[in-house]
This record gives sequence, C-alpha cells and structure tokens, in this order.
Amino acid sequence: MTGSDALLLGLGAVAVGAALRVVTTTHLVRAGLWLVVALGAVAGLYLVLTAELIAWVQVLIYVGAVVVLLLFAVMLTRAPIGASADLDRPGWPALLVGAGSGLGLAALLADVYRWSTVELPTGAGGAEAMGTEIFRSWVLPFEVLSVLLLSALVGAIVVSRPDIGRS
Amino acid sequence: MHPVIPYVTAAFLFGLGAYGVLRRRNAVLVLMSVELMLNAVNLLLVTADTTVRAALPRTGGVFTLFVIVIAAAEVGVGLAIVLQLYRLRRSIGVDEVPLDESGLESGTRADGDPSGGSTVPGSAVAR
Repeated sequence: MTGSDALLLGLGAVAVGAALRVVTTTHLVRAGLWLVVALGAVAGLYLVLTAELIAWVQVLIYVGAVVVLLLFAVMLTRAPIGASADLDRPGWPALLVGAGSGLGLAALLADVYRWSTVELPTGAGGAEAMGTEIFRSWVLPFEVLSVLLLSALVGAIVVSRPDIGRS
Repeated sequence: MHPVIPYVTAAFLFGLGAYGVLRRRNAVLVLMSVELMLNAVNLLLVTADTTVRAALPRTGGVFTLFVIVIAAAEVGVGLAIVLQLYRLRRSIGVDEVPLDESGLESGTRADGDPSGGSTVPGSAVAR
C-alpha cells in the first residue's frame, strides 16, 4: 500500500459516493453540484494515473462546460428550490440492472487483476506526448471529430429554433 | 500501484450511471447519469493505458480525449432537445413523452401556438 494507492482509494471513494448522491438526491440543483464533485474526483484519479493532460481537459470541458450546460437546462426548465417528489420512477429493474452491471464488472475486473502491482510510468501523459500521439497516429479521427462537433452544434441550433425547416 | 482500485471504481461508477438512467424521470438527470457512465468508460481507458503495454502507446488517453469531445457534442444536442420538449409539453419527464400519432398531432399544434403556455401538461399524453 503506497501513497498512490491511498490517493486512488480516497479519490475513488469520493467519486463513487458523489455519484451515489447524484442518482439518489431529490434536489435537482444538488444533483448537478454533486456531479461536479464526482467529475473532480475522477480528474484527480487521472492525475494520480499520470494522465495529466486528460485531467485538465476533464476539468475544463466536463466541470467547466458540461455541468454548466446541465445547470442551465435545470434553470431553464424547472428549478424548484426544495426537494421534488416526482424525480424517480419506481425502480426495481433499475436497481437490478445497475447493481448487476456494476457488481458484475467489478467482480470481473477484480478477478482479472487480483492484487497485482504495476509501476506507474513517469511523464507519459503530458501535453507534448499526447499531441505527438494524436497527430502521428490518430489524425483522421481527430478531423472527423471536428466535423462531428460542427454538425452537432448546427443541429442543436436547428432543434432549438422552431422557425427553421417548417416552411 | 494496484490497478484493481481504479478498475473497480470505474465499474461502480458505470453501475451507478446505469441505475440513474433507468431510475430517473427528469430528462436532465438522465443526461447527468449518462455523463457518469461516460466517465466510467474514460477512467477504464486511462487505467488500461497506464497498466497495459500496448503496441501504440497512449492510445487509451487519445481515445479518452475523443470520448470527452463526443460527450460535449452529445450534451449540447441533448439539452437542445430537452429544452424543445419543455417548450412543447411544459414537462421533461421521460415517461410522459407520447410515442403515438395523436401525441404528435397535439405537439405540432402546441408548437404553432406562439404563447406556448396554454398546453395542459396531461392533455398531450395519450394513455
């Protein structure tokens, strides 16, 4: 049990606990704020796993953009201050599927890796190494993704403007 | 570093996300649960990147960046759809979306109404 193990355990516990609060809380806005905690803990896990660039991209895009968009949606639709009673469906199938997939995957991965030890690489996930890898091996998917982002934004604009395409 | 710790964390995050997608009624909360599942997959990719010696190094990290970009696009389009649904129905419950033809008819009529607020929430649901 080294220092990185302790960090991984602590951050993982924070992430799972905050995720549990996201899916169980009855306050709509608090779910978004717990999501910030969960995503921040996952960013910390990335840092411990030496994926430095991905950690900062996670903070920028997920915590900075995606959660703000989700909170915008909460505010623009219905933003009750207190607890809402109608957020949940009766959920035995949800419990079955969630617990089944979570515990099944956990058992599978724990069985594969047991308690083996791996040395963490040093300086492998910085911006320079990641950029070299992207522009050496994955240029075409990168360009296709930029087209996908553009079409998604145009699609979002078209969907949210009711006067387009309804001549 | 024991790789089983982040792997099991990712598995639990995925299970919680799947539970949230099936359990929640509010469409925004369903999107939040989808984000949890995507993060579980990202954590799995990053952990595999640091623990497995692959032919191409850092492929897991590159794929994680791609998944983050796709998640950003997904949440943009998803929230546009959610806001449009709220404008039409005054409700974003995913089990109140009508799937048959009569619901569609009343939906277009409510859309043509410029005030938008006169739609009774239960009237569009054909049960």
